[in-house]
Amino acid sequence: MTETFYEVMRRQGISRRSFLKFCSLTAAALGLGPQFAGKIAHAMETKPRIPVLWLHGLECTCCSESFIRSAHPLAKDVILSMVSLDYDDTIMAASGHQAEAIVDEIVEKYKGNYLVAVEGNPPLNEDGMYCIIGGKPFVEQLRYATEHCKAIISWGSCASYGCVQAARPNPTRATPVHKVITGKPIIKVPGCPPIAEVMTAVITYLLTFEQIPELDRQGRPKMFYSQRIHDKCYRRPHFDAGQFVESWDDEGARKGYCLYKMGCKGPTTYNACSTIRWNEGTSFPIQAGHGCIGCSEDGFWDKGSWYARLTDIKQFGVEANADRIGGGLAAVVGSAVAVHAAVSAVKHKEHQEEKKGDE
Amino acid sequence: MSANVSNRHEESAVYVYQIPLRLWHWINALAVVVLVVTGYLIASPLSSVPGEASENFLMGYIRFTHFTAGYVLAIGFLFRIYWSIVGNALSREIFLPPVHRLDWWKGVLHEIRWYLFLTREPKTYLGHNPLATIAMHVMFVWGTVFMIVTGFALYGEGTGMGSWQYELFSAWVIPLFGQSQDVHTWHHLVMWYLVIFVIAHVYVAVREDIMSNQSVLSAMITGWRTFRKPGNPGAD
Repeated sequence: MTETFYEVMRRQGISRRSFLKFCSLTAAALGLGPQFAGKIAHAMETKPRIPVLWLHGLECTCCSESFIRSAHPLAKDVILSMVSLDYDDTIMAASGHQAEAIVDEIVEKYKGNYLVAVEGNPPLNEDGMYCIIGGKPFVEQLRYATEHCKAIISWGSCASYGCVQAARPNPTRATPVHKVITGKPIIKVPGCPPIAEVMTAVITYLLTFEQIPELDRQGRPKMFYSQRIHDKCYRRPHFDAGQFVESWDDEGARKGYCLYKMGCKGPTTYNACSTIRWNEGTSFPIQAGHGCIGCSEDGFWDKGSWYARLTDIKQFGVEANADRIGGGLAAVVGSAVAVHAAVSAVKHKEHQEEKKGDE
Repeated sequence: MSANVSNRHEESAVYVYQIPLRLWHWINALAVVVLVVTGYLIASPLSSVPGEASENFLMGYIRFTHFTAGYVLAIGFLFRIYWSIVGNALSREIFLPPVHRLDWWKGVLHEIRWYLFLTREPKTYLGHNPLATIAMHVMFVWGTVFMIVTGFALYGEGTGMGSWQYELFSAWVIPLFGQSQDVHTWHHLVMWYLVIFVIAHVYVAVREDIMSNQSVLSAMITGWRTFRKPGNPGAD
């Protein structure tokens, strides 16, 4: 008989009081009513623990780094004790063949009833040789581990969208998980990295309710990705007022004006930074005086500049944006119209005179 | 024109643009101008205003104006589609170019030659000439549809999940383009596409009014198209 979550936690030295606190905090983070704290507690006391395999492809480990800094140390301990017991090559104790054997064991023992969390993504060029795990291309491990899993969590922008290694020209053909693995439910938790509390809440939801949280069309949990940074930004009043930072270190920057003109991607980025914030709710990029770079959006590396409102359009060979291309074309058409009008006027006059001559 | 009638100016007239269509045209024209100006100012805002944020709402008013004009344009466009069904035959012209007709394509060729100064005599048309029909259809109709769809998708981001704007537009448009920033970029590019249409539209309307056989500018005001020569206006 496998252990329940609660038993695992107690074994890790977590008090009952701390456990209940965790349940309440998680319920709150998930946007559930207070009555759900009891439900979460009950689920964790009675349900057998679902194993989680945490795979690492092409990535920088920023997701793991974020994850272990979850605002409430309590949450971190609890979740980590649930996850690290199985497989996570950057934080588990086992190594070498012993570590890789865990994957086989989980796949065999829990067929169809374990979760795979993926950090990073598989590169597909050169048969996946750009990322080798235990002597084999990562893409093979990913396919093997996900074949019998219950669901996949795509941690961060790498697994969700590709992120920096998939940015133009993407030499290794780094490919997001959903384009390699099809036919499995995938929960995307984008961000570079995602917010720690979002990660712990998503995994807790999956483990306790044994169902996937409500997702939007792009596969992100609605509870954390349904609003833009801009919608809940504390500098929003300055945006509506028309008060902008015009250049770094100007008076507006000192007064905390809106960073829209400095290229802030808050208006086009879906994430919870402006509400949950980072590092125990201390701050987030905009609060620190720098615009949002849109790290939780698809292909954000290619949607720059991060310091201009209008995206650079590189298809034309030179750096341009919508105004330079559109305005340029309008100017060309305007000039053409002027020339055409002048020629038309001359021709028209000639024609009139000819007519008069005929008569 | 023969010598004996040289002093007389012969004109015939046909009622082409019904009142609702003319009203729509000018309301739509105003909405487009307001949308282009406010839209440009949303992407490239004016200089910062001084004072407390609570005392100012400049960007808010600009956006409000943009959204209101957007609604006017969208509702007007829906009306325009309705009118293409119940209005006279000319009211359907810009929606359904007769691309299956060979003589219509010959007309397109003739108009291209006319604008390249290769033909001296203009043809007479009751509605749009074939080239104008293509421009109206490809640039105006589809440009406007694109702007309405992407515009509501962007607006739905503000009204939020659960709002009809979000569910009807944002929910599929944004994943289709990849992300919100791309929708912004395309919305902005197609604004310039429509600006180019407006430049060409106004120029050609004035030019045709002066140089061709039929009235153009006054027709959109009075509804009557007058013809300088008693040709056969029903030819097309």
